[in-house]
Amino acid sequence: MSEQVISAENLAKTYRMGEVEVHALNGVTIHVDRGEVVAIMGPSGSGKSTLMNILGCLDLPSSGDYVLDGENVSHLSEDQLAQIRNRKVGFVFQTFNLLQRTSALANVELPLRYAAPLYSEPSLEAERSGGVNGKGKERARQALISVGLGDRINHRPNELSGGQQQRVAIARALINDPAILMADEPTGNLDSKSGKEIMDLLLSLNRERGMTIIIVTHDPTIAAQTQRTIHLRDGVIEEEVK
Amino acid sequence: MSLSQQFIEAMKSLTSNKLRSSLTILGIVIGVAAVISMLAIGRGAQNSITNSINGIGTNLLYISSGNPTQNVRNPKPLTTADVAALQDPAAAPDVAAVAPVIQARTTVVADGKTTSTSVSGVTPDYAQISNESTTEGDFINQSQTTSRAAVAVIGPTTATTLFGGTSGIVGKQIRIGGTPFTVIGVLTSKGGSGFGSQDDRVLIPLTTAQTRLIKRNPSNRVDQILAQATSSETVTAAQDEISAVLRVTHKTKPGLDDFNILAQAAILDAVSSITGIMTVFLGGIAGISLLVGGIGIMNIMLVSVTERTREIGLRKALGARKIDILIQFLTESIMLSLLGGFIGILVAWGISSIIGQIAAASGTPITPSIGLDAILLATLFSSAIGLLFGLYPSNRAASLQPVEALRYE
Ligand SMILES: Nc1ncnc2c1ncn2[C@@H]1O[C@H](COP(=O)(O)OP(=O)(O)O)[C@@H](O)[C@H]1O
Ligand SMILES: [Mg+2]
Repeated sequence: MSEQVISAENLAKTYRMGEVEVHALNGVTIHVDRGEVVAIMGPSGSGKSTLMNILGCLDLPSSGDYVLDGENVSHLSEDQLAQIRNRKVGFVFQTFNLLQRTSALANVELPLRYAAPLYSEPSLEAERSGGVNGKGKERARQALISVGLGDRINHRPNELSGGQQQRVAIARALINDPAILMADEPTGNLDSKSGKEIMDLLLSLNRERGMTIIIVTHDPTIAAQTQRTIHLRDGVIEEEVK
Repeated sequence: MSLSQQFIEAMKSLTSNKLRSSLTILGIVIGVAAVISMLAIGRGAQNSITNSINGIGTNLLYISSGNPTQNVRNPKPLTTADVAALQDPAAAPDVAAVAPVIQARTTVVADGKTTSTSVSGVTPDYAQISNESTTEGDFINQSQTTSRAAVAVIGPTTATTLFGGTSGIVGKQIRIGGTPFTVIGVLTSKGGSGFGSQDDRVLIPLTTAQTRLIKRNPSNRVDQILAQATSSETVTAAQDEISAVLRVTHKTKPGLDDFNILAQAAILDAVSSITGIMTVFLGGIAGISLLVGGIGIMNIMLVSVTERTREIGLRKALGARKIDILIQFLTESIMLSLLGGFIGILVAWGISSIIGQIAAASGTPITPSIGLDAILLATLFSSAIGLLFGLYPSNRAASLQPVEALRYE
């Protein structure tokens, strides 16, 4: 295992909208050590989400090289990326993105379902955790307890407050024991009190479990709690503050 | 993800919008029910017609004068001399029995009631060849034939028309074409349908008919000769032997037969192929509604994929691959159509038994039969429809880019 969880060189991303080219990222080099918490700040449209999507393997860069947790992912296929996301990345979204039809527990279990698929490529077969068996359910329950929702396991998302929903999302992100947690404006849809609680939860995950975390935020007080802040502007890193 | 998990997830998603799922299923229910009940009714009709043809007798050959396929001038009539020649076992060893028939529509009167029905002059052999039996009394015997007795055997429908029942009729008097006859037997019902009832007729001795009722020229002329082959394997041989005998008695030139022999099996084949075509035609029309049901599934699945774009994006972000999403949506569409298929089979069963009852009530007993093959066909067909019409929406879902899908509002 390398000490660097993220090692990205010269990432660029260009969107083509008809005749116009939008350079969302313009040569971003970023390294994140294991156990680090990094904040990404920048005005709207500066490329924060684009960077997060690439670092989270949701999208491929137009150019540049990216090694995630010792694995070069720059040229992987769509399905291979899906499996990398499943095993190495935990996502926390601004809008929670929970499935409304199912309980908190089922939402947390969801990544386990894709961890041991029926139809899988042999190269990715290694180090699979089991499907959603009794053990998986217990793991999901423990994850919910660890985010302080032990008494809301069977509640549906619409029966939970925004802060509680985001906790479910964090439990879901943790279930496969990822190498990195990526949170794109995790408090953007929350009031300041629940926002602070969510931040405290994320920081405690770092402190107690050594979880590596990247947080996109507009809030300077949140950024101040992290070890490092990267300022983006127009798709380039403007400055880095330790 | 395991199969049972797929199943449970699909079930959850379908039940989360019950009305929409039910309406989609309804389309398939109607399609499958229409196809199966059409096939069942077609088959029932075919069985019913086949039964009534078989009820006439088995391994029969119908011999008549004239030849529809060859232009023969002045065909000689069939006569009792021909019958005698055919009864020679040396000349026609594969012919088991021969029965001449003359027939006319005549007014029959009894108890002040009048009916117009078919009156046939037959020989005692007719009973065996034509599968006749009596519920009361006896069939015409040889001595009645020799003595040209004024006796009659009547069909159950005729009996009911004239006497209001089928029992206690033997010994009663009827007048056929003004001549008094004594009823000596009542025929067993053949329950015939479609082809004109076999139950409304009067049979009298051939000799009596020739001399008193149905005069023909020459006097030994008969309308038709029924012959029965010794077994189903010898029908063709018997047909050839009959032809050879009649060519001699009619002194016809080779290739210019002035008679025509029709095998019962050929009629059965013709009827089966007609009802078969009818069944396929009706089934095909019903199949169109199944197709419409399939398009309904596709439509709903497309709506569902659009509605759940964010969910698809989320699942992909959490590690779902193309095939996982594809299977998720295919499972839903196949479940919709399979469920529709099963309900459709039940509905078809209901429809066909209702139609069977209506047919029975209106005097044409058709027993629609839903075969195992129809059920298998429907199951196979509806899952194929689910697969086929689910494939496009599912593939669309599976091909969504995770980032785009997550951004979808
Ligand atoms: N799918 C896309 N197609 C075209 N342009 C895009 C797309 N995604 C992002 N962009 C553009 O890239 C730039 C960076 O966007 P984004 O990374 O979402 O910014 P941020 O998250 O910092 O607000 C913006 O100018 C945005 O309009
Ligand atoms: Mg953004």
